[in-house]
Amino acid sequence: MAAVVESRVATPVAYRPPREGFRIFVGVVATLVPTILVLIVSILIVQAMPSIRHFGASFLTGTDWNPVTDSFGALPAIFGTVSSAFLALALALPVGVAVAVILAEPGHTAVRGVLGTGVELLAAIPSVVYGIWALYVLGPWSFEHIEVPVSDHAVFIGWLGSPAVRSLFNAALVLAVMILPTLTAISRDVIKAVPREMKENAVALGATWWETTWRVILPSARAGIFGATILALGRALGETIAVTMIIGNAYVIPHSMFQPAYTLASVIANEFTEATGTLYPASLIELGLVLILVTLAVNIFALLLVRSTAGEARQV
Amino acid sequence: MISRNTRRRYASRAWLGLMYALTVVAIIPLGLVLWFTVVNGMPSVIHPQFFLNVELPPCEPRCPAVSNAGVGHAIVGSAIMVGVASLMAIPTGILGGIYLAEYGYARWAGSVRLASDVLVGTPSIAIGLFAYAFLVVPLHHFSAFSGSVALAVLMLPIVTRTTEGAVALIPNGLRESGVALGLPRWRVSLQLILPAAAPGVITGALLSVARAAGETAPLLFTAFGAHILELDPNGPMQALPLTVFKYALLPYRSLQNQAWGAALVLIVLVLGINLVSRWVLRRQIALAGQL
Repeated sequence: MAAVVESRVATPVAYRPPREGFRIFVGVVATLVPTILVLIVSILIVQAMPSIRHFGASFLTGTDWNPVTDSFGALPAIFGTVSSAFLALALALPVGVAVAVILAEPGHTAVRGVLGTGVELLAAIPSVVYGIWALYVLGPWSFEHIEVPVSDHAVFIGWLGSPAVRSLFNAALVLAVMILPTLTAISRDVIKAVPREMKENAVALGATWWETTWRVILPSARAGIFGATILALGRALGETIAVTMIIGNAYVIPHSMFQPAYTLASVIANEFTEATGTLYPASLIELGLVLILVTLAVNIFALLLVRSTAGEARQV
Repeated sequence: MISRNTRRRYASRAWLGLMYALTVVAIIPLGLVLWFTVVNGMPSVIHPQFFLNVELPPCEPRCPAVSNAGVGHAIVGSAIMVGVASLMAIPTGILGGIYLAEYGYARWAGSVRLASDVLVGTPSIAIGLFAYAFLVVPLHHFSAFSGSVALAVLMLPIVTRTTEGAVALIPNGLRESGVALGLPRWRVSLQLILPAAAPGVITGALLSVARAAGETAPLLFTAFGAHILELDPNGPMQALPLTVFKYALLPYRSLQNQAWGAALVLIVLVLGINLVSRWVLRRQIALAGQL
């Protein structure tokens, strides 16, 4: 018996280390993704150089945007971008969490299936279709039924006055619809990842459905929902076309949220093809650089947060 | 006098009702977008020549009863640009996804994964600027090819991550049996695992195509747009989202109608692809359960 085993060990071919060629090949291909990311940021830095050199830090605080005198400042666009995104988040968050709670309920019913599919399809609608819808349907409706009544009853509050069809508020309204699927999908996964035992313990102690949700499930999913919120914020900051069509494109810091404004992405979308000279296109690219650096920071922070809390649940 | 427990039970029901109500509120916009796009787009789309003809300048104040305007050139342009972008992004993304799924334990894979997720969230207008600086500036002219590159950058992370998800679903037994039979790793991955994961991989590819077909911002200063049928990828080209974006903002009723028609074509295309890919994905999950 021992002899047989010995002969089997002795005759086979010499040990060959496993071939690494395929691993290295797909690894190199996969490296394309981070490479592109680095390339995008570095090319934008290079192209924005004339503007960075010329204006320095005052670019971020300047309020002027005048191609004739070559005087460019990003503050109104930064203000519009940040305020529309936060306003959208404030509108979308309560609805998004409610949808996530409903969709994360155990068991599958026809109603929930339809609702879930519906919310996911919201993410599939192209930005430009939201834009044309907002321009001709949502904007006029919101002007008539939200903006005018609210400003009539609150004239004494300055930032709720002087309504317009194309306004910061209407842009935030469309943004809220557009970021809802992001918010919902991740919150739902995070809520689903809350250990079953925690819920069962609460129910065993006599808690009602709402008490379990509000005091047990939502608090333990808090960090993940926060991460989902930040991720949605990143989407809202970078959204271009729908916002460009409805925000009104006025390069000012509006005194009322019912007034037209401008965002970083919209300025680029509207003016880039017409930009001539050196400083004008470079300033527009610097706007893009500001936008991409902010969204990168926001996204990385949110992704790390979601990953650390949801863990395995977010793997697929 | 209602007891405390009864009140708690009613409160719980009320909150549950409120949450269902908010969920319904969340999908109302979907219905409204679909409804108004169909209502406003139908008058244009109902004529077959809308899919064949190219766009026409505004005809106000004396428009013909049946418009001869169409979006044929935009449909062809979108097909060419998304097609070229798919040729670049889908094979690359599939290989990248295989790397993440099969060698996901590597430290580098974590960085690739994070970079993909970040790239998915990168503003599409910034990707357009990148393609402009990378291809339009050195070549000194707008081109459909630069638009394809921008779209490919958008598609790549989507294909990578969905492929990873689909490949990771395949049980290890299949992998091990391939290796035990003496197959090299590339044959295990490409000839054994990939076909088994095909429905999921196809889903990812379809989703990325749908996303690319609907994007406007990356094309604004790369493909730029054209008023006639262009087939040369080295020159400017029209795309469906560009038609919607440019004509929706103009004050001519006839052009706005063309924009709504293009929006309807776009939304049917994109939602169609999404529903088909959902169906494919459901089959994948059923299949993986059998393995």
